[in-house]
Amino acid sequence: MTTTVAEPIAAAPAVPVLARKLRAPITLGAVGLLSLLFLGFGTSSGEETTFAVARSTDFFQISTWTVPSQPTAILLSVVALALSGVAFWLAWNRRTIPWYLYVGFGFAVITALLTWAGAGKEGTSMQITGLLIGSVFLATPLVFGSLAGTLCERSGIINIAIEGQLLAGAFLAAVVTGYVSNASGSRELGAYAGLIAAPLAGALVGAALSLFAVRYWVDQIVVGVVLNVLVIGVTNFLFGTLLRENTELNQAIGLPRLPIPLLHQIPIIGPVLFNSNALVYLMYVIVIVLHIMLFKSRWGLRVRAVGEHPRAADTVGIKVNRTRVRNTILGGAIAGLGGAFFTVANGLAFGKEMTGGKGFIALAAMILGRWSPKGALAAALLFGFADSLREQFGIVGTAIPSQFLAMLPYLATIFAVAGLVGHARPPAAEGKPYKK
Amino acid sequence: MSATTEAPATPEKDRDARGMLKEIVESQTLVVILAIVASLILGSVLIVIASAEVREAAVYFFSRPGDTFAAIGDAVVGAYQAMFQGAVFNSNGNSFAAQIKPFTQTLTVATPLIFAGLGLGIGFRAGLFNIGAQGQIVIGATLGGFIGWTWELPAGLHLLVAVIGCVVGGALWGFIPGILKARTGAHEVITTIMLNYIALNLVAFLLTKDAFQRPGSDNPQSPLIHETAEYPLILGEQFPLHLGFLIALAAAAGVWWLMERSTLGFQFRAVGANPSAARTAGMSVAKAYILVMTLAGALAGLAGSAQILGTEKSLTTDVAASFGFDAITVALLGRSRPVGTVMAAILFGGLRASGPALQVQAGLPVDIVLVIQSLIVLFIAAPPLVRFLFRLPTPTNVKEVAA
Repeated sequence: MTTTVAEPIAAAPAVPVLARKLRAPITLGAVGLLSLLFLGFGTSSGEETTFAVARSTDFFQISTWTVPSQPTAILLSVVALALSGVAFWLAWNRRTIPWYLYVGFGFAVITALLTWAGAGKEGTSMQITGLLIGSVFLATPLVFGSLAGTLCERSGIINIAIEGQLLAGAFLAAVVTGYVSNASGSRELGAYAGLIAAPLAGALVGAALSLFAVRYWVDQIVVGVVLNVLVIGVTNFLFGTLLRENTELNQAIGLPRLPIPLLHQIPIIGPVLFNSNALVYLMYVIVIVLHIMLFKSRWGLRVRAVGEHPRAADTVGIKVNRTRVRNTILGGAIAGLGGAFFTVANGLAFGKEMTGGKGFIALAAMILGRWSPKGALAAALLFGFADSLREQFGIVGTAIPSQFLAMLPYLATIFAVAGLVGHARPPAAEGKPYKK
Repeated sequence: MSATTEAPATPEKDRDARGMLKEIVESQTLVVILAIVASLILGSVLIVIASAEVREAAVYFFSRPGDTFAAIGDAVVGAYQAMFQGAVFNSNGNSFAAQIKPFTQTLTVATPLIFAGLGLGIGFRAGLFNIGAQGQIVIGATLGGFIGWTWELPAGLHLLVAVIGCVVGGALWGFIPGILKARTGAHEVITTIMLNYIALNLVAFLLTKDAFQRPGSDNPQSPLIHETAEYPLILGEQFPLHLGFLIALAAAAGVWWLMERSTLGFQFRAVGANPSAARTAGMSVAKAYILVMTLAGALAGLAGSAQILGTEKSLTTDVAASFGFDAITVALLGRSRPVGTVMAAILFGGLRASGPALQVQAGLPVDIVLVIQSLIVLFIAAPPLVRFLFRLPTPTNVKEVAA
């Protein structure tokens, strides 16, 4: 008796419990080394970088600070390398790498990058607050898009049509804004009417997606791709005919900024978080509500059951196809709301194909965020930051050609998907129509 | 089996006629035709909305409704007539050559769609959803074009080398997502989308360099390729159709042989049908992914050659137009089969080729073509919807539709 029990216990250490996952630390190490070589030693010595955070509305002014560029960049790169060393040690001992290690690593490398870019630029300083404001703002459509994707895919419907939903939302928001502000004479009222109309357009595209995917069992990726083309065709066509003849329907009208009293005067945090328009505030609310609903409520449990194992869900009485249709339409509405970003939140008139592939980036953000609203927000902010960085570098002027800066978010995505995330696991029943 | 489905009492002749009618009504071909009809009808709704004459007549609709209907008829007929004349046969032409020129234009536009659609089709059948044809076309055209305008080689050889350049460029850009998928499991939809943007930015960067710019110009446009590297025109000077079209047909035959007759093609299909089963049967799924993506990239590179060596002749960031994305719909419409892809490419080529005529003759934006294209694919993908719209009976033996 004792021998039979003791034997497996004795044998257990010999069998590897888990393979060592060294890919992530090795990637971090490579990035840290590149940072040291190019950003650290690439900065000529004796130059200085100035950082600025202050805004005129702040309670108290934080003065700009200036650092010697080369030592700072080298120091930050060494910190990054040390962190990747820690990560390697943890992975070697089969321990999980904590998330704050990644955050610290990212902070070190990005600050090194900023130091390098701002080196020797007399008179201009790296506007940290501006960079962060830009990140949040540019991330807005991505957050809405990836939330839409998450909501659909959690119930088992692949939503490639995010791009089309964003575009449809942008179009309807612009037209309704133009029409209402023309009819009522109030631009503000028009902008809010546009914000309300945008989800309807997205929901319509979502409804078409669910009709073909759930009712007719058409391959969901096929429907999504085709719906994108359809929306581009319809909006371009109406832009070239209806909007060209009635220019009052397509004006540059923006949502007013709504600074939250007192809070918006806090340095850095205030301008970034508490001085936006209604759409951005709405984004935070939707992220929080959806995250709680998806993972803490009965509704969320049912949705996830439908996405993972529809037959089991059906057996306990959950209406699989009804859940899917509702989620797809709701997801479409959220993406449509995000589309309002391009027109009313930006204060721009509608332009042909103005979403410019943001729907696909949102799809990447969804996968990077591992199909959760919280993750989607984080991933979208990452992309927004990369975009904002490009704008900032464009202002400061760097040695990197602008085209390579434009590639940055895409390269980062490939790195993240291939190097760090590896095989992301989507909901199990995704893309499969449920046939009783 | 037949005894149970057919009523024995029915007279022989009547049964034959009914059987034939039943066959027609239940056939897939009818669905395709009706899908196109339904798309044209829905497209005409947009045409009517856009028509100023219809809106003017609609103001006094209740006093003279006939005017409105006449205006609707004029707008719709005018638009579709313009499309037909722009894509198939121009009856206003003053010679036979001028009359059939639109159709050769259609085939020319279809050429890159055939190439790229074939590549994507192989991917779909191997279970890979490749959205990267756009980037693969761009990189292929860049490499082939560079060879075309820098090197000096004798006539036939130069073309061959330039085409190989296009193939290598496209294959390289397809290989990257292939190996990422095989080695790291990175989702090919994400990596190919990202590589499209990277390719576009890369070419935009290259076009700022002197080696890629016309001498004495700072515009982002390359020099023209040498005539020795151009695809020869196969129907003479007055028609745009070039050798690339014949190569595309040959490629379609080659892909058919590969997928239907070769061991490799069988492995691709097995991996697409069930990767786990294929792995259990001893096939290398990773190898299949890499090969399929590289092959798809090579074919997209050939699509790039049709653009740079056939029609455009100089490199801009717009060299791929939207062929890479259109090819996705082409491959889907052709159900990823070579013959279907060729037919779908010619249909879409015709729709695209009709754009200028639509704009000039009917005064409509070319984007209506996109609407009709996407509606066709949607309807064809959902035969029950078409049957419902046209009140056709559902077939008795429903086959599973593999998209």
